[in-house]
Amino acid sequence: MDVWSSLMDGFATALTPMNFLYAVIGVILGTAVGVLPGLGPAMTVALLLPVTYALEPTSAFIMFAGIYYGGMYGGSTTSILLNTPGESSSVITAIEGNKMAKAGRAAQALATAAIGSFVAGTIGTALLALFAPIVVEFAVSLGAPSYFAIMVLALLAVTAVLGSSRLRGFSALGLGLAIGLVGMGSGQARLTFGQPLLADGLDIVVIAVAVFAVGEALWVAAHLRRTPLHAIPVGRPWMGKSDWKRSWKPWLRGTAFGFPFGALPAGGAEIPTFLSYVTEKRLSKHPEEFGKGAIEGVAGPEAANNAAAAGTLTPMLALGLPTNATAAVMLAAFTSYGIQPGPQLFASQGPLVWALIASLFIGNFLLLLINLPLAPMWAKLLQLPRPYLYAGILFFATLGAYSVNLQAFDLLLLLIFGAMGFMMRRFGLPVLPLILGVILGPRLEDQLRKALQLSSGDPAGLLSEPIAVVVYIIVVIILAFPLLLKLIRPNRPATSLLAPNATRGNEPTDVG
Amino acid sequence: MSSIASGLKGRAELGVALLLGVAGVVVFVDASRLNITYSQTDPVGPKTLPYIVAGLLIVCAVFLAIDVLRGGKGEAEAGEDIDLAHPADWKTVLPLVGAFVANILLIDWAGWVISGTILFWGSAWALGSRHYVRDALISIGMSVATFYGFYLGLGIPLPAGLLKGIL
Repeated sequence: MDVWSSLMDGFATALTPMNFLYAVIGVILGTAVGVLPGLGPAMTVALLLPVTYALEPTSAFIMFAGIYYGGMYGGSTTSILLNTPGESSSVITAIEGNKMAKAGRAAQALATAAIGSFVAGTIGTALLALFAPIVVEFAVSLGAPSYFAIMVLALLAVTAVLGSSRLRGFSALGLGLAIGLVGMGSGQARLTFGQPLLADGLDIVVIAVAVFAVGEALWVAAHLRRTPLHAIPVGRPWMGKSDWKRSWKPWLRGTAFGFPFGALPAGGAEIPTFLSYVTEKRLSKHPEEFGKGAIEGVAGPEAANNAAAAGTLTPMLALGLPTNATAAVMLAAFTSYGIQPGPQLFASQGPLVWALIASLFIGNFLLLLINLPLAPMWAKLLQLPRPYLYAGILFFATLGAYSVNLQAFDLLLLLIFGAMGFMMRRFGLPVLPLILGVILGPRLEDQLRKALQLSSGDPAGLLSEPIAVVVYIIVVIILAFPLLLKLIRPNRPATSLLAPNATRGNEPTDVG
Repeated sequence: MSSIASGLKGRAELGVALLLGVAGVVVFVDASRLNITYSQTDPVGPKTLPYIVAGLLIVCAVFLAIDVLRGGKGEAEAGEDIDLAHPADWKTVLPLVGAFVANILLIDWAGWVISGTILFWGSAWALGSRHYVRDALISIGMSVATFYGFYLGLGIPLPAGLLKGIL
């Protein structure tokens, strides 16, 4: 009831004509940019952050809600029509989706992806609205020691569980934490090298745009495909009766996989999309079609992907804990408005949060409404000449980073960290731990300080709450897991979870 | 791939280990010169986290170097427009960086409309576009549009530079 009335207030805010317009703009921008190869939702949000500085926070977040789901949907369109997903969470969709498209069933593949995303997104958002306040109620009782432990868990889990090399994950995390140190900390200038422009720290927007956009553009430039991939042309998506019959159960099962994994720290979208695929393959009445374009193999993973995206917002809003790159950038956006996500957020910024949740529902609905008729146009975007696409990315990255502070110095930082992004892509360092390190590093230090203040400097104070102890046990299990695996199966190297049929990025830049 | 080529690749990744190590040392040295003022209100102090981060970086640097020397390799990132079959094409990247640097140097003096035009046109050229006139028209159009869009729509005054008074 309380949730209900808050949500209705949220809808009232989100449905004012201006805010509704921002939701529409967000959905269209998000999908358009998500469809473009090389651009994921995290980059979209990072690039658009500066633009939204002129908006009211509420309007800005309503737009982000549209961009968030729009970017996800755009990514799946690309993977179905091109078969080379930019985001690791779309890998599974590409397996069956592209086979369907090649067999002349692109319209059905896009339709089941769009409708499945809508179903999963709506259920996921409803679960978010339901669970976030419960998590908040629980989180309010947590003290700094527990918070500190949970942040450590999130950082380690993202670093150790996702990606193919733990060592490279931790390397990226270290770099991110070091970047987060720059500026004034504890009243002292750290890593500023006497440079006054560094005293306020590195702007997270500049770092995100540099690593995601500039790094990506430089990396693609170095390895640009000489003959662009052929995108499969498509008409308006539609589904026949048998397609509906084969899709609706996978949608629901995918949602059930996606949401809980998304809500966990380091859950991400890869594991649930993979589980959904395997489950559908086992339950299908047409197992022989798998590998040749089975609609269940698109419906389930797409739903799982979107439900995970909704799930991710639960720890983001309720705990201030981002677990994927897009959420991390959104958290940066919150802080740039002077809003601190976390348990207090629902109390202090209730109307804003509920407007955001309401616009997630609206954004989802708009996606369905807009994307079914516009799919042929999105497919045309895939033909954009690559020189213009990547020149455009650099152009807007520059514009975005420069407009934050209007100083050329930020552009120099953009280039330096863009070069670092290039290096990371070249040598397989995952981007996500770096971004989370930049964002969570300073917050981690804050919580550590608060925890030790409570215990007047005694390190044992970090273990003074039962939740903290439980979390540390989980941390130890995560860190020790590969060792245990080696003990059990001494001669077999740990097999990769995803046996990639499609080419994929080796790390999750986005849940997309 | 010949063994010489793979040997070179392995050595290139040692550069990453070196970078991590240098970063770790810089963080450590920087933190060690901070004055510690112990107080009840701040039991952590400004040094704790930097020391942890420095330790993490240096440990990673050492292990990465060992991993690379034993033949470990980071997996280069794939993507829609990426073809890893051919080696890094510096003839594309360097002009691209050149266009970017030109923009940094020019933006405050010449203004966004000029520097942005150079950035877009130069990047498109570096990436292989040879429609010089069409590229120029698009570049100018985008720079002017974003200049006015930011000024009128968002209230952000991008530098007008040399074109001050005209724009």
